[in-house]
Amino acid sequence: MPLEYIPGIPILRPYVDPDNQPFWDAVDRHEFVLQRCSDCDVYFQPPRPMCPHCLSMDSLEWVPSSGRGEVYSFVVFAADRMAYPGMKIPYVVVLVEMEEGVRLTANIVDAEPDEVYIGMPVEVTYNSPMEGLTLYQFKKRAS
Amino acid sequence: MQMLEEYRTKSYRQHLRPPVEENLIRDKTAIVGIGQTEYSRDSGRDELDLACEAIKKAVADAGLKMSDIDGLEALTLDRVSMPTLIGSLGIENLRFTSEVSFGGGGACALVMHAAAAVASGAADYVVCYRALNEASGHRYGRGDGYAEYLKAAPTLHYGYYFPYGFLTPLSWAAMYTKRWMHEYGIKLEDTGWYSVVLREYAQNNPEAIFYGKPLTIEEFHESPMISAPLRLFDCCVDTDGAAAVVVTTADRAKDMPHTPVYIAAAAQSSPIETEIQTSYNRPVVAGLPETWYVGQELYRQSGLGPADIDVAQLYDPFSYGAMIQLEELGFCGPGECVDFCQGGDRIRVDGELPLNTSGGLLSEAYIHGVNLITEAVRQLRGTAHNQVTDAETAIVTAGPGLPTSGLILRK
Amino acid sequence: MTTQADSEAPVIPHPALWAVLYRSSTPFWEAVGRHELTLQRCSDCKTWRMPPRPMCPRCQSAESEWVPVSGRGTIHSWVTYPESPHPAFEAPYAVILVELDEGPRLVSNPVGIAPDELEIGMPVEVVFEDVSDDFALYKFQRAG
Ligand SMILES: [Zn+2]
Ligand SMILES: [Zn+2]
Repeated sequence: MPLEYIPGIPILRPYVDPDNQPFWDAVDRHEFVLQRCSDCDVYFQPPRPMCPHCLSMDSLEWVPSSGRGEVYSFVVFAADRMAYPGMKIPYVVVLVEMEEGVRLTANIVDAEPDEVYIGMPVEVTYNSPMEGLTLYQFKKRAS
Repeated sequence: MQMLEEYRTKSYRQHLRPPVEENLIRDKTAIVGIGQTEYSRDSGRDELDLACEAIKKAVADAGLKMSDIDGLEALTLDRVSMPTLIGSLGIENLRFTSEVSFGGGGACALVMHAAAAVASGAADYVVCYRALNEASGHRYGRGDGYAEYLKAAPTLHYGYYFPYGFLTPLSWAAMYTKRWMHEYGIKLEDTGWYSVVLREYAQNNPEAIFYGKPLTIEEFHESPMISAPLRLFDCCVDTDGAAAVVVTTADRAKDMPHTPVYIAAAAQSSPIETEIQTSYNRPVVAGLPETWYVGQELYRQSGLGPADIDVAQLYDPFSYGAMIQLEELGFCGPGECVDFCQGGDRIRVDGELPLNTSGGLLSEAYIHGVNLITEAVRQLRGTAHNQVTDAETAIVTAGPGLPTSGLILRK
Repeated sequence: MTTQADSEAPVIPHPALWAVLYRSSTPFWEAVGRHELTLQRCSDCKTWRMPPRPMCPRCQSAESEWVPVSGRGTIHSWVTYPESPHPAFEAPYAVILVELDEGPRLVSNPVGIAPDELEIGMPVEVVFEDVSDDFALYKFQRAG
């Protein structure tokens, strides 16, 4: 069953602040970028104002990502009790380790819960659960 | 990618700090009073009311008058406003108040901060408390509760989780649990004994929510998946209620009504890249480094090791949350905790490590871990419903998977 | 039927929204809804509790009773708002602190008293204004 929303219940919007605005602006354009410290060559997630490695505040840059990764862990939302009312259960939240090394969560849009496994190759895709909201998501990818 | 690995691992579990020069808490402070309300699924009362009752009972248990109390210690998460509470307690000129962050991760830190206050002379008698209507009222553990929370208090990382229907602490914990099961080859069919033994403990504890409701291993495996891999009976029990403890110096404790329960060690830890249950960019997702740090610190301060601990009260928001702590605290090796709990004998009252002897957060009540501290005190006083014979030392921990805290208590 | 205009009308913050957190206040607001002013008093030591509370700060008793009061008192202090901080309240207006004859003090608005007529010590008495079907406010006018 692909990811399905329940009409009429708004999806919670990402919280956009000055640190992560470039990320969500890029998602709006269907581009996937990650934050990196150009001095240390270290990527971070979530975005932040200072590199925790070298404490530089002006070496942080946004770099296009390959958009490819592997499922690192996942949770199947199987009961109403824990699920968000605006999404049809069962739905899957995957934690994906990107090729750049950072890990992000999203839904997998095109897989049954029992198809998902740790190590599964996935890539970024985009969807629009409601007017004016674009999210990055993950879909299956041939390894 | 290589640099990222280096950054992530350079300090991971390698930054145990040198001992403080002079520890004024160790053996110089004590818990002298405990109090609690009825634990229920619907108190029909507000949280202020519950807090008042638990505090009144703890103060009376310590043989004190309310006017003797000169300090109050709360969790920032508590919904009772502190000035309103002080007004209701009728304490004139309260001279020490403080609040601890990190929800259930702060439970033991309440006692640590209170101990720091009495040891330093900031106050003489400090009350620590937690009151919540988690079952009937504001369900912060539920999806809709967090939706409300997001409106009020968005933080840096939640924006990456909530749009995906990824909300509620249990499901965040399910993510690291899944990874841990994968890395250690844990099979779902081998789990469940932790929940069964805690339910056994609750059968002797009339205060427990699950008193009179035993659970078999078969019933455990038939219980529905909530956030796979977590089943219903892996999860803690939403509770209405409150609990409180009174902390003072060891010198004063000697002349008070109950056997003093001394604080042999107290610690907090917040490792890098740690979020509230969603620390998915730490080098290792399948582990609880905050609990490991707290354990190392507690053992060093107290001079005790895992083998010296008579009874453990480990914070269990869900079964694996407590079980993985067994590994981090050295009671068993990495990936061995399910084996350790298999059949339940090792964690029963006459076992190698009696664990969460009141029924814990799974089967007694979910008072954010403050009820684990009161149970440790009862064990060391010798007044527990499931009394461990000659218990002299107890370890207590707070919420895992977030900045956390812990205590070693002794007679 | 709720119209767009209704939903945009300024709303007076409803104190009963706090009832879940501070249930001890519920009987007070229910009585005000019936146009009665009642205060909570300790059943044991007879101390008034305002605001209402689950425990007596004087004797730590959990027992209490709700007692009708005269609704008469004097202005203990007041403030005026030359500019409105909230669309539900039209400036200029005043907020008064009334000391009831029984002793407890209540915050309220004056009715029929212009801000420049207010005086500390002025005798006042309670009146009630319905805000909605289930919500009224207590206010004070000059004592007759
Ligand atoms: Zn850097
Ligand atoms: Zn009284």
